[in-house]
Amino acid sequence: MRGDLGMKDETISAGIYFMSGNMACVEGAIAAGCRFFAGYPISPATEIAEHMAARLPKVGGVFIQMEDEIAALSAIIGASYAGLKAMTATSGPGFSLMQESIGLAAMTETPCVIVDVMRGGPSTGQPTFPGQQDVMQAKWGSHGDYEIIALAPSSVQEMFDLTIEAFNLAETYRVPALLMVDGITARMWERVVIPPAEEIKVNSRKKPRVPPDKYMPFLPDEDMVPPMACFGEGYRFHVTGLTHDELGYPRAEDSAVQMRLVKRLCDKIRRNAEKIVRVDEVMLEDAEIIIVAYGIVARAALNAIKRARELGIKAGLLRLITLWPFPEKNVAKATEGSKAVIVPEMNYGQIVREVERAVKTVPVYHFPKLGEEPHMPKEILEAIVRCGSL
Amino acid sequence: MSIAEHPLSKYLRTELMPHIWCSGCGNGIILNAFIRALDDLQIDLNKIVVVSGIGCIGRIAGYLKLDSFHTTHGRPIAVATGIKLANPQLEVVVISGDGDLFAIGGNHFIHAARRNISIKVICANNFNYGMTGGQSGPTTPPKAVTTTTPYGNIEYPFNLVHLASAAGATYVARWTTFHVGRLIASIKKMLLRRGFSFIEVVSQCPEMYGRYNKMRSALEMMEWFKRASVVADFSDPARAEITSDRIVVGEFVDAEKPTYEELLYANIAQTTIKRT
Amino acid sequence: MGRAEVCILKDLCKGCGLCIHYCPRNVLEWSDEINVMGVHPPKVVNKKECTLCNFCSLICPDLAIFIKEKLDAR
Repeated sequence: MRGDLGMKDETISAGIYFMSGNMACVEGAIAAGCRFFAGYPISPATEIAEHMAARLPKVGGVFIQMEDEIAALSAIIGASYAGLKAMTATSGPGFSLMQESIGLAAMTETPCVIVDVMRGGPSTGQPTFPGQQDVMQAKWGSHGDYEIIALAPSSVQEMFDLTIEAFNLAETYRVPALLMVDGITARMWERVVIPPAEEIKVNSRKKPRVPPDKYMPFLPDEDMVPPMACFGEGYRFHVTGLTHDELGYPRAEDSAVQMRLVKRLCDKIRRNAEKIVRVDEVMLEDAEIIIVAYGIVARAALNAIKRARELGIKAGLLRLITLWPFPEKNVAKATEGSKAVIVPEMNYGQIVREVERAVKTVPVYHFPKLGEEPHMPKEILEAIVRCGSL
Repeated sequence: MSIAEHPLSKYLRTELMPHIWCSGCGNGIILNAFIRALDDLQIDLNKIVVVSGIGCIGRIAGYLKLDSFHTTHGRPIAVATGIKLANPQLEVVVISGDGDLFAIGGNHFIHAARRNISIKVICANNFNYGMTGGQSGPTTPPKAVTTTTPYGNIEYPFNLVHLASAAGATYVARWTTFHVGRLIASIKKMLLRRGFSFIEVVSQCPEMYGRYNKMRSALEMMEWFKRASVVADFSDPARAEITSDRIVVGEFVDAEKPTYEELLYANIAQTTIKRT
Repeated sequence: MGRAEVCILKDLCKGCGLCIHYCPRNVLEWSDEINVMGVHPPKVVNKKECTLCNFCSLICPDLAIFIKEKLDAR
C-alpha cells in the first residue's frame, strides 16, 4: 500500500527516508498543512494522487478524484476559499486544461498549489518520457495579464522542500504557485530528510483584522496582498472572475478599475520578486562559461562543470530554483563578465529566451534535448569545451 | 423609494440594485423566490454559499448578500464540490443557467449527481444563451429560432429532469417562474434535505428567446407557462416533456441515499491517526 | 383582519406588467407617470379589493412591489 513507506503514523514523520519525488511532494504538502487534494490520473503524476489518496485521510484531509482536470483545479479553488490549503497535480495535457482555472485563481487571488510533472509534448506526446516543455506555459498559459510563482525542483529532497515553499508562497501572496518538475525528478528515488514539525516553517494567509461590516475582500495591505476571509466565517463577501473593485463587486465596464486591479495582481509578484526568487550559484565567481539550468538537467550540469574545472575551464552553474518570476537580475549579475552562457533544457527553447533577455552582453547558446534521456554530464561538458574554444 | 424599503432587502446587496436583468426576466423571479425561501426558513446566512456560473443568471451571486462565488463558465458545480467537501457544514447552492450547467458544465453536473454530494442546484432554463444575445443551447426546442439557428434548431434538447434523475440526483423538480409558490416550497425542501438536489426553473427570456420565437413579452411567455403546464408529481421524468402545448412540472424524485460527504468523512474518521 | 397596503417602489419597476395582469382582483393598473427606467410603473386603483394574496409581490422580477397588512386601530 503506497501510504506506508515505513513511516510512523504521524502527520509529519520526521526521519530519513528513501522515496520517489512524487511521494516526497505529497509529504511536503502534508507538512505544509495541505488538507485537500483533487486530482485526475495522468502519467507521470498519478503517483501523487495515489499517495494522497492513501495519506490524506490519515491526517484528516480530503482526497477526491474528480471527473477531469478542469474540475480538479476548480475544486481546489473552492476548497481554498472554504479555508483549506489545497493542491492538485497533473502533467502537460491536464495542465493545458487547467489554464482557464489558473486564470480564475490568479484573478480571485486564490492560494493553491499546482504540480505539473512534465512529460514529452506537445499534445499526448510521450506520456512516460520526461520533459521541460511546459515552463513557458506556466507563465503565459492563461489569457490576460497575471503573475504566478513557479519553482523547479532538482532533487527528491527539493520535491519535499519546494512543495512546502510553494504552499508558503501561495499563502503569502494569494497566488497559484506551480511546481514545475521534470518527469525524472518526480519519479526517481533518493534519500529525503524530513525534519521534525517544529523545524518546518509554514505560512498561512493573512486573515482580516476588521469585523465583517468593514471588510473589503480585495483591499490590499502595503504588501499589495489583501487579507483573506473564508466562506462560512460570517464575512459574506462576493468573489468573481469579472474585473472587480476592492469590495469584490463586478466592475467590468470601468477602465480605471481594470487598470488598478491588473496592475496590482502583477505588481504584487513583480515588486516582491526579490523576496520570492531563489537561485543556486555554483563556482560563479570567476566563471567564464556559465550554465543556466533547472530541474534534472542542473544535476548533470553540476557534474559537467566540475569536470570542466578539472580540465582547466572556468565553468560555473547558475541553477534556477524559481522559474517565475524569472530571476532576471540574478541571471544578469551572474553572467556579467563571462564569455558564454549555455542553457541546456529538455525542450526546444523556452527559458533560454528569458536568459537571452536578461543577458545583454554575452552570447547565449541554447542546448535542447528531447526524449527519454536528460542531458548527460558528458554532453554538457562537450558543449562547454566547444564554447571555450570559440 | 429605494430597494432598502423592501421587507426582504436584508438578503440583497442593495448598493448593486437595480439588477441588470431585462424587464420581465425570469431571473428576477428566481431571485425573489430564493430569498423568500431563505426568509421562511430563517437560514443562517453565515453558513450558506451561493456559487454561480456565466450567464445572466450567474449575476445572481453578486446580488445576494451571502458568501458567493461567480466562477468561470461551466464550473460552479466543480467549485461547489471543493467548498462543500472542505467544509461540509456549509450549505452550498449552485444557481446557474441551462448552457452553463448542461453544455460546457455538463460533465460536472452528471458526476456531482452521480456522487450524490449535497450540492443544491437551481437551473434557470430559458432555452438559450441570453447574455451573449440569444444563441441556441442544449435545451433549445426543435425548430426554435436563435441567433445560431437562424433557419430553425435541428437539435434535440435535453430533458433536464430526466438527465438529473438518471445521473443519480436524489431530489428532482421542475417548475416554471409562474409557479412561484411551488417553486419556493421546492427550494425550501431542497435546503432542508441532504443529497444532490436539482430544481429546473422554466424561465422567460423575453428579450432574446421570446423575441425570436413569437413571444415578445414576459407576459406572453408566462402565458405559455400557465397554459401549457401540467403538474404531475412523481410521474416518469423520462416523459416530462416541454413543448408549446405541454410543460410537465412537479417533483419527480425525492429519495434518500448516503451522500458523498457522509461517506467521505466516515472514511476519514476511520482512517485518521488517533493521537494519544 | 387588516387592510392591504400596496407598496410600489416606482423607480425599481421595469414595466413588465406581470403584477397588473396577474392580480386576481384587478387592484393595479398602468400609471401615466414615467419613472427613471423610462417606463410606466403600476398604480393602485382598487385597494379595497386586495386580498393580500401577495402574488404581485412574488411574481415581480424587480422586487418593486410588496404588500403590507395595516391593522385597523379600533
